[in-house]
Amino acid sequence: MTNRITSLVGLAIVTAVVAIIPFVAPNSFYLDLAIRTGINAVVVLGLNLLIGFAGQISLGHAGFIGLGAFASAVLPTHFGWHPLAAMAAGSLAAGALAAVVARPIFRLRGHYLAMATLGLGIIVNIVLRNEAQWTGGPDGMPVPAMTLFGIDVVSDRQWYWIVGALLLVSIWASLNLIDSPFGRAMRALHGSEVAARVVGVDVTRYKVAVFVMSAMFAGLMGSVTAHYVGFVSPALADFGHSVELLTMVVVGGMASVFGSVVGAVLLTALPQLLATLEGWETVAYGAVLVLCMIFLPKGLVPTLAARFERRRR
Amino acid sequence: MLAQLLQFSFSGLTVGATYALAALGFTLIYNASHVINFAQGEFIMIGGMLAVFLVGLGVPLPFAIVLAVAVAALVGVLMEKLAIEPVGRGDTLALVIVTIGVSLVLRGAVQVWLGKGSHALPSFSGDAPILIGGAALMPQSLWVLATSAAVVVALAWFFERTLAGKAMLATAINRTAAELVGIDTDRVLRVSFALSAALGALGGILITPITLTSFDVGIMLGLKGFAAAVVGGLGSGLGAIVGGLLVGLIEAFCAGWLSSSYKDAVPFVLILFILFFLPSGLFGPKTTERV
Amino acid sequence: MSLLEVVSLSKEFGGLKAVQDVGFAVEAGVVHSVIGPNGAGKTTLFNLITGVYTPTQGEIRLDGVDVAGRRPDQLAALGVARTFQNLQICMNMDACENVMVGAHLRLDRNVIRAALRWPGLVRRDRELREEAEALMAFVGLGDHVHARADGLSYGILKRLEIARALAARPRILFLDEPAAGLNPRETIEVGELVRRIAADGVTVVLVEHDMKMVMSLSDRILVMDYGRKLVEGTPDEVRRHPDVVAAYLGKHA
Repeated sequence: MTNRITSLVGLAIVTAVVAIIPFVAPNSFYLDLAIRTGINAVVVLGLNLLIGFAGQISLGHAGFIGLGAFASAVLPTHFGWHPLAAMAAGSLAAGALAAVVARPIFRLRGHYLAMATLGLGIIVNIVLRNEAQWTGGPDGMPVPAMTLFGIDVVSDRQWYWIVGALLLVSIWASLNLIDSPFGRAMRALHGSEVAARVVGVDVTRYKVAVFVMSAMFAGLMGSVTAHYVGFVSPALADFGHSVELLTMVVVGGMASVFGSVVGAVLLTALPQLLATLEGWETVAYGAVLVLCMIFLPKGLVPTLAARFERRRR
Repeated sequence: MLAQLLQFSFSGLTVGATYALAALGFTLIYNASHVINFAQGEFIMIGGMLAVFLVGLGVPLPFAIVLAVAVAALVGVLMEKLAIEPVGRGDTLALVIVTIGVSLVLRGAVQVWLGKGSHALPSFSGDAPILIGGAALMPQSLWVLATSAAVVVALAWFFERTLAGKAMLATAINRTAAELVGIDTDRVLRVSFALSAALGALGGILITPITLTSFDVGIMLGLKGFAAAVVGGLGSGLGAIVGGLLVGLIEAFCAGWLSSSYKDAVPFVLILFILFFLPSGLFGPKTTERV
Repeated sequence: MSLLEVVSLSKEFGGLKAVQDVGFAVEAGVVHSVIGPNGAGKTTLFNLITGVYTPTQGEIRLDGVDVAGRRPDQLAALGVARTFQNLQICMNMDACENVMVGAHLRLDRNVIRAALRWPGLVRRDRELREEAEALMAFVGLGDHVHARADGLSYGILKRLEIARALAARPRILFLDEPAAGLNPRETIEVGELVRRIAADGVTVVLVEHDMKMVMSLSDRILVMDYGRKLVEGTPDEVRRHPDVVAAYLGKHA
């Protein structure tokens, strides 16, 4: 129960921060940064369910983001779909692709998912780059505006509140999920797969379910990114982007909901600080990953939480 | 038709040999530590870039090659010492993440140091093609194939005839047992990193006269080498060689007959295909379930 | 009809015959022990019956239905539960959660209702937590309800596994060396615990090296050697059997 209270306090803090930012952000640059942080945070939450809680690594999540983003660009532009329908289709397509790949992979033991998702992400990227008549090729393409109830959603403020709401709901839902029969089964198969199996957990089904869920999260947020930016390019589906997301999970803390948020905040802001130093950005990212694994293997939030708890005793 | 077949085979085997060297690098490290080293591609890049840089300084090509390979090997050892060892054994996931981190550091550092441009290296012995059955074989391709073959023979000798090689094999089969008979498995791991970095760098140098190099070639080359290792069966030396050549050949034929823009997708489609239908690869060990 | 009936069960690992042509029957409500020297195939037998391994040959009948080759999670649904010789505790969860996961099949496992904190699901989960705490008290871990699993000692974790297995409300419980590595006092406590579990009507199949415990608890004993069934009978019959004496004292008959 104390866990539940800590979680609710955390959620309250994030809510307060989300509510305050638009009023204290000095200019649109910071609002933009906040929106992109929020988008990353939702994807990282989903990815952390998979990596941190269920113990399965994906190196291709950018591929799912790309799928969602391009669904929102291609379907309304070429086929006249409503943006909301396109968004749903993108998320479902990401989930379906994940399910198709996951079924055979999860029958194997070991980190085969890492290899399969790596391949999958790169294939998605190559397809997006090559099908220029549909996707604009390497240059990308513009995305029609999202309309909700007849209103065009175009301003940064509108998107800020949408992303903020999505983030809070995602945090709440993740916290609930972890502390439920489904969530315990998911964590148990990470802790001891054979123990989970003998108490009745169909581990393959659970792994597939978590993977599909996190792919759908990524697809949905890809679509949100597309509408918010108003433009998509295949770079969204780069292997490098998958690695960035993985870094956020690792730095913030595997198996930590609030760690996901912290990781997204830190690593979305970091490149902004380093943007003037071309190349060093990559070095810094890599160094953060390595140093984190050496000195903070559990990630920032769980390490700090453990230290805090020790002091309280 | 025959000429075309030959032509595609030449180019496929040439890049395939590079993939095979990279795949051998993956295999060496995987066997010593069960880590998939995602920085393998950066060794390929470092080899090519360093050779270009040294030749630009006026160093004669043979010395530049030796020096570039040696520096890459040193980078490999440093990587093991500074990044892999501190994380410790056990947590494979953490180790995989560390290798991704190292690859970013290396790629970024080379970008800062040598810039974003593409660079070429002169062919080792001229550009006059040798005509065989109507197909043109570049002398550089012969260099690639002959050097790779020589490396494979040397490796085979190393593993079968030297104590160090046998120690590495023993570690791959059972690390605890190897430690019990007095093998320093940390040293085995360092040697594995040095060797696989050297292999990658050599491949990177050999291929540069044909395909150019730049700070970011390591991502694709490394991933393709990885695909080759998976196709051959992770952990199998023979598998790495066959997998590399196979990936190179299929890629070349796909580029020639189907679509050159999709040739880069070939290794990754192969990865998925192998994982779905042949999870231990062509030559990989069949693992038995254990609780 | 016996609750569990094993008929000419065999398992080979690449030529190595770990279990050969073993057959025995376990009646409902008894404590049935499996003993034998190390490497006799006891744990392999457990792994076969609980679905962790797939048999090479033979039948495993539960209530007369052949269940050989079914997955562990499918067998759990039929009332099979077990513990492990080498601990299989989820160190990423706290002690109580480890027990709660044992009740997996009795719960609402829907993912959407879980994410939405569905009232019925939450209420059931709260009841389950109380149930799990009671189970922990039953196995003697009442003081460790709020502990993290990775901070507990070996002896405590062994009993935590028993509590997890009981949370499934099994009909037949397989205990794989529950007293291994415990000190004499803990061993006596575990023996007492097994007696209480059996008294609650759970059929217990026990692999154990502590002969005092086996002889005092068991209704029947199966003796294995080199993957084969050596003898089966009551403790008295087994104790007196010349083959058993030979196997244990190393004499050749």
